[in-house]
Amino acid sequence: MTLLSSDSVTSFGPAVALACRECGTRTELGPHYACLECFGPLEVVYDVPRVTREQIAAGPQSLWRYKDFLPVPADVASQPGLRPGWTKLVKADNLARELGIRSLWVKDDSGNPTHSFKDRVVAVALSAARQLGFTTIGCASTGNLANAVAAAAARAGLRSVVFVPSDLEAGKTVTTAVYGGTLVAVEGSYDDVNRLCSEVAADQPWGFVNINLRPYYAEGSKTVGFEVAEQLGWHLPEQVVAPVASGSLLTKVDKAFKELGAAGLVEATPYKVFGAQATGCSPVSQAYRDGTDVVRPVRPKTIAKSLAIGNPADGPYALDVVRRTGGAIADVSDEEVVEGIRLLARTEGIFAETAGGVTVAVTRKLLAAGLLDPDAETVILNTGDGLKTLDAVAPVVGPSATIPPSYDAFQKAGLA
Amino acid sequence: MSVSVRIPTILRTYTGGAAEVTAEPGDEATLADLLEALETSYPGIRGRVLDDGGALRRFVNVYVGDEDVRFSEGLATPTPPGSSVSVIPAVAGG
Ligand SMILES: Cc1ncc(COP(=O)(O)O)c(C=O)c1O
Ligand SMILES: [Zn+2]
Repeated sequence: MTLLSSDSVTSFGPAVALACRECGTRTELGPHYACLECFGPLEVVYDVPRVTREQIAAGPQSLWRYKDFLPVPADVASQPGLRPGWTKLVKADNLARELGIRSLWVKDDSGNPTHSFKDRVVAVALSAARQLGFTTIGCASTGNLANAVAAAAARAGLRSVVFVPSDLEAGKTVTTAVYGGTLVAVEGSYDDVNRLCSEVAADQPWGFVNINLRPYYAEGSKTVGFEVAEQLGWHLPEQVVAPVASGSLLTKVDKAFKELGAAGLVEATPYKVFGAQATGCSPVSQAYRDGTDVVRPVRPKTIAKSLAIGNPADGPYALDVVRRTGGAIADVSDEEVVEGIRLLARTEGIFAETAGGVTVAVTRKLLAAGLLDPDAETVILNTGDGLKTLDAVAPVVGPSATIPPSYDAFQKAGLA
Repeated sequence: MSVSVRIPTILRTYTGGAAEVTAEPGDEATLADLLEALETSYPGIRGRVLDDGGALRRFVNVYVGDEDVRFSEGLATPTPPGSSVSVIPAVAGG
């Protein structure tokens, strides 16, 4: 596949090339995602942007305020899109008290258009798809990405073809199918779906956001990091806890912090990045514990299906980030995930999906283990909405009482 | 019977553009033998799949049938006649 427009370089804004994360070999901007030399993943490289805090603050209240750090054209905000980003950073004093930590924030990405951080990655991938001339976009998804792709394609007037494991949560199936694209349920695990899509992407002229558009897609996750820093008053938090499936989000939060420092927008103060997995799918956490940089694939079995990637492509890089910054990766049982969801809901009024439950529970575990500093400024990422994974908590929550509609019954039930 | 091998886009320069090729590595063959047989027909291809130490590269996934060889015996995984093998770059998820 070749680039369609001759001004393609400027249409990717400040991006100058793609470079292999393993061997550094450079490739021109295009629908390429794996290094021709070594199969390593390609990553977008930029000139350091010259932009001020004031210019960013005057930008749109969406991820496009950071367009100078993304592979998107200058007029990206004028194209039809869902405008995700600029979600709330919630000061979580109640949760902090409960966990015994001094200053805690929850970056709540459930407020995005399709209720997960995946709207960010899709927005950037969609822009790249336009530049590259794709009229059909697709993805392999554990559910949230399916929602985001189907919705964004609907809004942009593109065709979408999304592939998910057939045992997906009902909430994620319905919230994908409603947008009217093609939804393919594959009888297998996410890793099976991913493999199938890689083969489809090689032969169909479609932009698979997390395959042949991956370098652009992955950059969208940086905007979580940018927003956290800006919302803290332009400084970096000392500790961040991020959920890990492929490991891409975690590595891009780190990239965001580095880029802000390099651009002089924040002081390049030290920070630690921590990762969270569910024990039933914890290949990165296991590798961290074993002190190896080889992430051995596993067969997932956990209620945290959005994190159920047994063979995470960015796992080695997530390990690198965690080790380099002095963080850690831990995993928690499904029971702890459910408790994590309930704890965040009960203390802060935020209903997270299972991935958020994993993150809260791992935060608690890391504090107990002395790996998170209770005196350091800490941000945890809630990446998705609990309404999509109702089944996770439905068995353990419900009405306090069921009574006839009489005042007498109310009194007898001892509810006053 | 031969073994069929699905080739990812970035290796098709070695196969003259073919998305699928066949090899005859023999009845008792392993993935290592299969790669050797491919190398004879398509010189250079093995060095793309294996690193300098002769191990599978970190960012390439190889499947024999539906099984990721990292779950079985890696390069020692049997590739009997009639089996189908896929070579696929690892990709980020979602
Ligand atoms: C809600 C949610 N949180 C976190 C993640 C993990 O993101 P990554 O695959 O970039 O590690 C996912 C991925 O699907 C997700 O859906
Ligand atoms: Zn490379």
